[in-house]
Amino acid sequence: MNVVPGTVLEDLPVAEDPPAPRERTRRIITEVPSRADRRFNQITMGAGISVLALLTLVGLFLMIQSSDALGETGIWTFLTRTEWRTDVTPARIGVLGLLAGTVLVAVVAVAIAVPLSVFSALAITEYSTAKRRKWLVGVVDLLAAVPSLLFGLWGFLFLSDKIVPISLWLSQNFGWIPLFKTSEDASLTGSIFIAGIVVALMVLPIITSVVREVFSQTPPGEKEAALALGGTRWGMIKTVVLPFGKGGIVGGSMLGLGRALGETIAVALLLPQVPQKISESIHILQNGGATVSGFIANRAGSDSFTTSGLLAAGLVLFVITLGTNMIASVVVSNSRSGAGVEI
Amino acid sequence: MTDVEIDAEIDLEENLTEQDQEEAEKVFAKKVEIIGGPPAGPATLEAKDACAWFGDRLVLEGVDLVMPKGQVTALIGPSGCGKSTFLRLLNRMHELIPGAALDGEILLDGEDIYATGTRAQQVRMRIGMVFQKPNPFPAMTIRENVLAALKLARLKCDDKDTLVEQSLTRAGLWKEVRDRLDSPGGALSGGQQQRLCIARSLAVHPNVLLMDEPCSALDPTSTRRVEETIDELRGEVTVVIVTHNMQQAQRVSDLCAFFLAAENQPGVVVEQGPTDVMFSTPTDSRTLDYVQGRFG
Repeated sequence: MNVVPGTVLEDLPVAEDPPAPRERTRRIITEVPSRADRRFNQITMGAGISVLALLTLVGLFLMIQSSDALGETGIWTFLTRTEWRTDVTPARIGVLGLLAGTVLVAVVAVAIAVPLSVFSALAITEYSTAKRRKWLVGVVDLLAAVPSLLFGLWGFLFLSDKIVPISLWLSQNFGWIPLFKTSEDASLTGSIFIAGIVVALMVLPIITSVVREVFSQTPPGEKEAALALGGTRWGMIKTVVLPFGKGGIVGGSMLGLGRALGETIAVALLLPQVPQKISESIHILQNGGATVSGFIANRAGSDSFTTSGLLAAGLVLFVITLGTNMIASVVVSNSRSGAGVEI
Repeated sequence: MTDVEIDAEIDLEENLTEQDQEEAEKVFAKKVEIIGGPPAGPATLEAKDACAWFGDRLVLEGVDLVMPKGQVTALIGPSGCGKSTFLRLLNRMHELIPGAALDGEILLDGEDIYATGTRAQQVRMRIGMVFQKPNPFPAMTIRENVLAALKLARLKCDDKDTLVEQSLTRAGLWKEVRDRLDSPGGALSGGQQQRLCIARSLAVHPNVLLMDEPCSALDPTSTRRVEETIDELRGEVTVVIVTHNMQQAQRVSDLCAFFLAAENQPGVVVEQGPTDVMFSTPTDSRTLDYVQGRFG
């Protein structure tokens, strides 16, 4: 309120109630899409929905098919039992022994693949000339094109024997870690460790490409700042690139983990596929172990009860893999690199 | 004068109360030693016949320029005439661009910074740089940002708290952030971020500070703060500043170099000299046209 100097206070207008707001109706905005737009919209939506429908159908199929075995065994018993015996009546089947093997192979694979992937991604994004970068990206992608059967065969026929000395050395020096303990007369081929190494090679390309993508998004301004302060290239990577790419590294690893969990042919070839008691299968350096997918591949085509049990195991794997991938995508999109923060 | 400008005025005056000055004097009375850091004091930077290429394209040719120690040298000229390229030649940031090459010499107190056996990291530690776009490390706290160079260049310091206060005070940011040194650097306003970057560069006590259009992304108040900072650095650090703002060049610099590039020709220094002469009675007519705003 403007008060003119010299105005006597009494002369000031008395504040009135504000006028009642006018009644207003909102206009409805209509948009008539062109026929081409409508058509295209239907096609793309249709494609999107069919993917979702397919996923749901797979889940439903697994649930219905596995209901026989799950009903007879009981869901909790099935989830917590390590044995898998169909030669006794009633059959004693459980998924825990398989699951332990699956997780262990996947963890070994990721533990080996992640450092390799991060360093190769750094080599590609930070230490290469444009020409070498192209070449390296091509080579890593080529690794993804090798059929997994070939990896399995190569691991079985060639790599297995070469790894034995490493396994021996690990068990002799780090045998005090329960995971690395071996029994004295145990064979060191066909172990979870070897399967993990082979699976690591298979998940390497996917992790490398996710991590590389995230690293390449590092704001150039921050990189220049670190170098201009007298940082070495490695110092710059430590202060800028790695913190920026943290989300991508975690997300990429989990994506790799999801792949590793479902890997079939190679582990079917490499592991004896005998589900073991948790306490035994935990020794990753010696012969033994089974994974859900490898076991299913080995036993498929048995009687209907076994098939139902195998599908129940498949259902468990399906849920776990789905969960891992979902968490991975959430982590990637929530990280700074995924969100594309403008600084 | 609008309300906003009045506010800014008051704000700036507040910045210089006696109490603050006493505090600042007390802080600067303490000597902070940085082990492994640059030698003390400003240094003279000299370009001798400096040329720069990007791939096959010669973008800068035959620049001879002395940037005397402790003085402020402004590089002016229209866009694309090689000022920023020249600035990046001065602390070996040029070589980070693939295909970049150079000829000539850049002497820091008489020693060629491109001499064989001289590491780029050593050079960059002695010659700090502030960029056009503020680029603090967003995930680090304000304190960590100021001390980032110690970590990056692996230097040791006996009194980090004082170093942080000194650096932020010199950059004119201490008062605003003293209570939130542990909040992230990315949360500051653009002008504050730029002053944080200046503090970060000053923390290692460089001999030279290069500034590449440091105020082009800032509002007038922040610009004024940065200019005050430059003014206070005179004598302590050699400053080389690229600017498109003629008034700014006039306000802050002692010496001026006018860069110009004819179409499809490399950039050259048309004229150089004391700022007052450059702005009043330059010898080249193109310089006069440019400083009077007739082109560029």
